[in-house]
Amino acid sequence: MTLPTAPAPGLQRAGARLPVDEYTRRLWQRRWFVAAYSSASNAVGYEGNILGQAWQVLTPLLNIGVYYLIFGLLLHTNRGVPNFIAFLSVGVFVFAFCTSSLITGSRAITGNLGLVRALQFPRAVLPVSTTLVAFLRLLYSLVVLIPIVLISGEPLTWRWLELAPAIALQALFCLGLAFVVARLGARVPDMAEILPFVSRMWMYTSGVMYSVQIFTQGHAGWVSSVMTLNPAYVYLTLARHALLVGSPATAGNWLIAIAWAVGTLVMSYLYFWRGEEEYGNV
Amino acid sequence: MSEIVCDPSGTAEPASPAPETPEQTVVVDDVHLTYRIIGGSRRGGAPAAFRRILLHEKAPGQRSVHAVRGVSFAAYRGEAIGLIGPNGSGKSTLLRAVAGLMAPSQGVVWTRGQASLLGVSAAMMGAMSGEQNIVLGCLAIGMTPAEIAEEYDSICEFAGIGEFVHLPMNTYSSGMGARLRFAIAAARAPDILLIDEALATGDAQFRRRSEKRIRELRERAGTVFLVSHGLGIIRESCTRAMWLEGGKIILDGDANTVVDAYEHKYDRDRRPVTPRAGNIRS
Repeated sequence: MTLPTAPAPGLQRAGARLPVDEYTRRLWQRRWFVAAYSSASNAVGYEGNILGQAWQVLTPLLNIGVYYLIFGLLLHTNRGVPNFIAFLSVGVFVFAFCTSSLITGSRAITGNLGLVRALQFPRAVLPVSTTLVAFLRLLYSLVVLIPIVLISGEPLTWRWLELAPAIALQALFCLGLAFVVARLGARVPDMAEILPFVSRMWMYTSGVMYSVQIFTQGHAGWVSSVMTLNPAYVYLTLARHALLVGSPATAGNWLIAIAWAVGTLVMSYLYFWRGEEEYGNV
Repeated sequence: MSEIVCDPSGTAEPASPAPETPEQTVVVDDVHLTYRIIGGSRRGGAPAAFRRILLHEKAPGQRSVHAVRGVSFAAYRGEAIGLIGPNGSGKSTLLRAVAGLMAPSQGVVWTRGQASLLGVSAAMMGAMSGEQNIVLGCLAIGMTPAEIAEEYDSICEFAGIGEFVHLPMNTYSSGMGARLRFAIAAARAPDILLIDEALATGDAQFRRRSEKRIRELRERAGTVFLVSHGLGIIRESCTRAMWLEGGKIILDGDANTVVDAYEHKYDRDRRPVTPRAGNIRS
């Protein structure tokens, strides 16, 4: 496509995509809107329920109950895991951040079409906002997670501080994920039907309710390498390493975590930015 | 009423070529816009859908609507242009293309400065209070927290909803909601102002006030576009009018002339009722 030239100096093409540095600067200028819109949509999301925002914590809590019943008591996937309740809780809460970033990210454009068709702003605001909502929910869930971990017998150590960089890296990765699925979801509406299966598949392969180390002992070496490269597994491992005694994490895990976070975010931000002009026509 | 036509922006009559050509603010060059429609009239349910996928047939529900078909014009500084036409004639879609919110499928829109659609309703949330929505709406149109703090009181005063500003917006009457939305949207004067039926709601007193505000915005803005079915408003506040039908411009020229021609075609039966009936030139 050849770029047409302006008919007169000073005229710009309406809706033209900005260069990536200028685009990022505009995105940064909208940070207050991102914060306000995220916290408002987070609060409004539970408006119709009697228990309101308590569901932010109740939903993962009920999930832990269900998984404990099925995987811990019935299927005994807890073998080899010393403190299964704490192991499972960290897994469920931390993985929930990945899932909700993925699902809500895919609706970032399609769910806010009214906004996209009425106001001019960098569209990256929307996936950033959905990821921020998911991140806020993770922070809320720590209010429940930390007592569970302590009551189940884990000591409070300095290593808990490692949770902050682990979650921060996961947040960057999830933001990248949201950028990708936001553009895909804008192009293919059927993503909303496909992604729940993707996320379920991802959960069962990430060691949320079983130990990947113990599971892969009886399998070929490549199974273990593939499973331990999985970003969700890596972020779960780092979070468990921070909170639970006897959950080792290596420098390699940290390197993989950084690589996934930075790589995904940079690539997917550029991917999302390249689609900037098409989001109003969805 | 007709005196208003000759207000400051109307003095430089763009129809008669002045010695120095007025500055172009919007140039629309052979613009076509299509909406992709998914869903709608799919028939036959799941079996039919699978058959279509297997046979590589295009789903009958997947259509595109050609809303604007080859529109070209130039707008100049100081003009207020009314867009009239029956429902579905492409007026709002054309406005979105000028605002850069929808990319034309063919042709280019050029603008000098940022064109903004007057409308924030998409960013506002019914469950939140009026004051929260003022902040949210102002952030959505790109104001900073400092600017909002400065403008907050005048927005409240302009909306004139009194104590209701502390209540959730879904408790408002439709008129009150419209007043608040207009007050927020009009807090900022863009280079090119696009108004889509914003004046259609509110009581008579508010309508007068909002018309005054629009005039102020227009004096500050380079060019104003107004989509309205209220032909009186087009006559009063526009210097030029465009009649769109089926996505094409039927007539473009002086507001009164175009509105007269439009009324001649559509409002023949209702015409004798209006006091303006005597002015109509045939």
